[in-house]
Amino acid sequence: MSTLLKATQLSRFYGDFQAVKNVSVTLSQGDIMGLLGPNGAGKTTTMDMLAGNLAPSSGNIEIKGVDLLDEPKRAKQSIGYLPEQPPVYRDLTVDEYLRYCARLHGIRRQQIAGSVDRARERTGLVDTGRRLIGNLSKGYQQRVGIAQAIIHEPDVIILDEPTVGLDPIQIHEIRELIRELGTRHGVILSTHILPEVQTICNRVHILYEGRIAYDDASTAQQTHPEILARFNRPADLDSLGGLGGIIEIQSLENNGYRIIHSNNPNPSDEIARLAVEGKWGLLELTPASPGLEQVFLNLARGEQSSEANTDHEAEKNGAAA
Amino acid sequence: MIHAIAAHELRRMMLSPLAWVILALIQFLAALQFLNSVEEFMLNQPRLLNYENPPGVSDWVVAPVFADVAFMLLMVIPIITMRSLSAEHRDKTMSLLLSSPVSMTEIVLGKYVGTLYFLLIMVGMICIMPLSLMFGTSLDTGKLLAGASGLFLMLAAFSAAGLFISSMTNSPAVSAVASFFLLFALWLMFWLNSGGQKLSGVIEYISLLNHFVPLLQGSISTNNAVYFILFAVTFLVFTVRRLDIQRLQG
Repeated sequence: MSTLLKATQLSRFYGDFQAVKNVSVTLSQGDIMGLLGPNGAGKTTTMDMLAGNLAPSSGNIEIKGVDLLDEPKRAKQSIGYLPEQPPVYRDLTVDEYLRYCARLHGIRRQQIAGSVDRARERTGLVDTGRRLIGNLSKGYQQRVGIAQAIIHEPDVIILDEPTVGLDPIQIHEIRELIRELGTRHGVILSTHILPEVQTICNRVHILYEGRIAYDDASTAQQTHPEILARFNRPADLDSLGGLGGIIEIQSLENNGYRIIHSNNPNPSDEIARLAVEGKWGLLELTPASPGLEQVFLNLARGEQSSEANTDHEAEKNGAAA
Repeated sequence: MIHAIAAHELRRMMLSPLAWVILALIQFLAALQFLNSVEEFMLNQPRLLNYENPPGVSDWVVAPVFADVAFMLLMVIPIITMRSLSAEHRDKTMSLLLSSPVSMTEIVLGKYVGTLYFLLIMVGMICIMPLSLMFGTSLDTGKLLAGASGLFLMLAAFSAAGLFISSMTNSPAVSAVASFFLLFALWLMFWLNSGGQKLSGVIEYISLLNHFVPLLQGSISTNNAVYFILFAVTFLVFTVRRLDIQRLQG
């Protein structure tokens, strides 16, 4: 697998405020990488830098071995970018807009019609070619945005919060599309929704306060797989702990347990057997992606408490006024 | 690539009613001035015959029409250019251009050339009126051409300034007002200059009108043409620099 995108030690200042701190990302063919983080973590700034919209304060970015800062025109040929708000002109029709995008990306005149048709087909816009973008629903505008990002068949597709503001059916369709894109291109998408990452991404970075707080490539070897188990009645921790390969058992609320194991042998069969023998009433037995949820929840909790603080302060200010 | 952006710019301009309203109103006002000039010429024609080298219909009609149009467009060009970059920033469509394999210079030139296409249409439409005189009389086409190119050069200079101001703000309205004041100040310098005592040569050189009047009178001198081209190039370079800085500072 070839490396499509390699960003090293990216930093970005806005005045004195450092929005992104030493972020490094690599992307290979077939990767769907999720950049997960609470609001204000620096996701959009990172995406803007990767797509060449913002210059990093330090660090460098290579797209297929071409430096984005030294040779922007050549590097950008391999990038498709959908920013947070789709960059569409509301007064154009879908076809007019996509033709313009195709020309901007240097597609030859004879091939433009074919590219537009293909992009529309892949994003489910076949029947909307003659409609004004301004009259389309948010979900369809988002599709036009994605069509714009894939029209030139780029190797790297960067999608900033592609499912925000869509209804559940549209979210499902867009996720299917992203999964399909991931087979042929390298995709980076940002989101603050954990399940989204778990359903479509095969790689995850968590960004928090401008730093990479979790990086699957470096953390995977250190953490152990986990099983989430839940029973009707309290389990006997001693017999659970006696199973082979169990490293740690954490008790959660409602007779739930987080079982961290070494994966060799996988203890889920044994846990199920113990539950039946001990009549604990097995309700749930799920493998959890190691560390990810925990890291994200810790971050999210931290953010919630700080948000609560600011709310509180706002209230105080309101009262004072 | 420049042409792709320029064609897109012109197309979007023509999709908005604003462009059509501007074309119609400018045409209407220019027509009033045209009729007025033609009538004046008819009244004065008998007396003109007494002169040895009388001013012709081109001097009586074409020059005043173009001078009028130039002054009106001083106010209108800011409205034409106000959207070009500030609306891209406001509507967040700039990232389409920024993530495409296009350089900043190409983006700015594309936008600028798009505006020039529109101005060509406008100047062309205005030229139809004096050209219609050819049915009844002989016209000094050289003077007409000089006047038209002078008008176009001046409008091109206006638009470069407007484009630059438009890159400074996210609000088209602020862009229009600021461009208008910039152009008006440059225009006024001519009046400062004609106030009696000579002001410094720099001010005299900067003033837009100073260079426009000779072109109207039919003399295309490199000095004046170069002035407008320099004026436009300066503001275009400023605009490219401005966008580069925006990419660096966000």
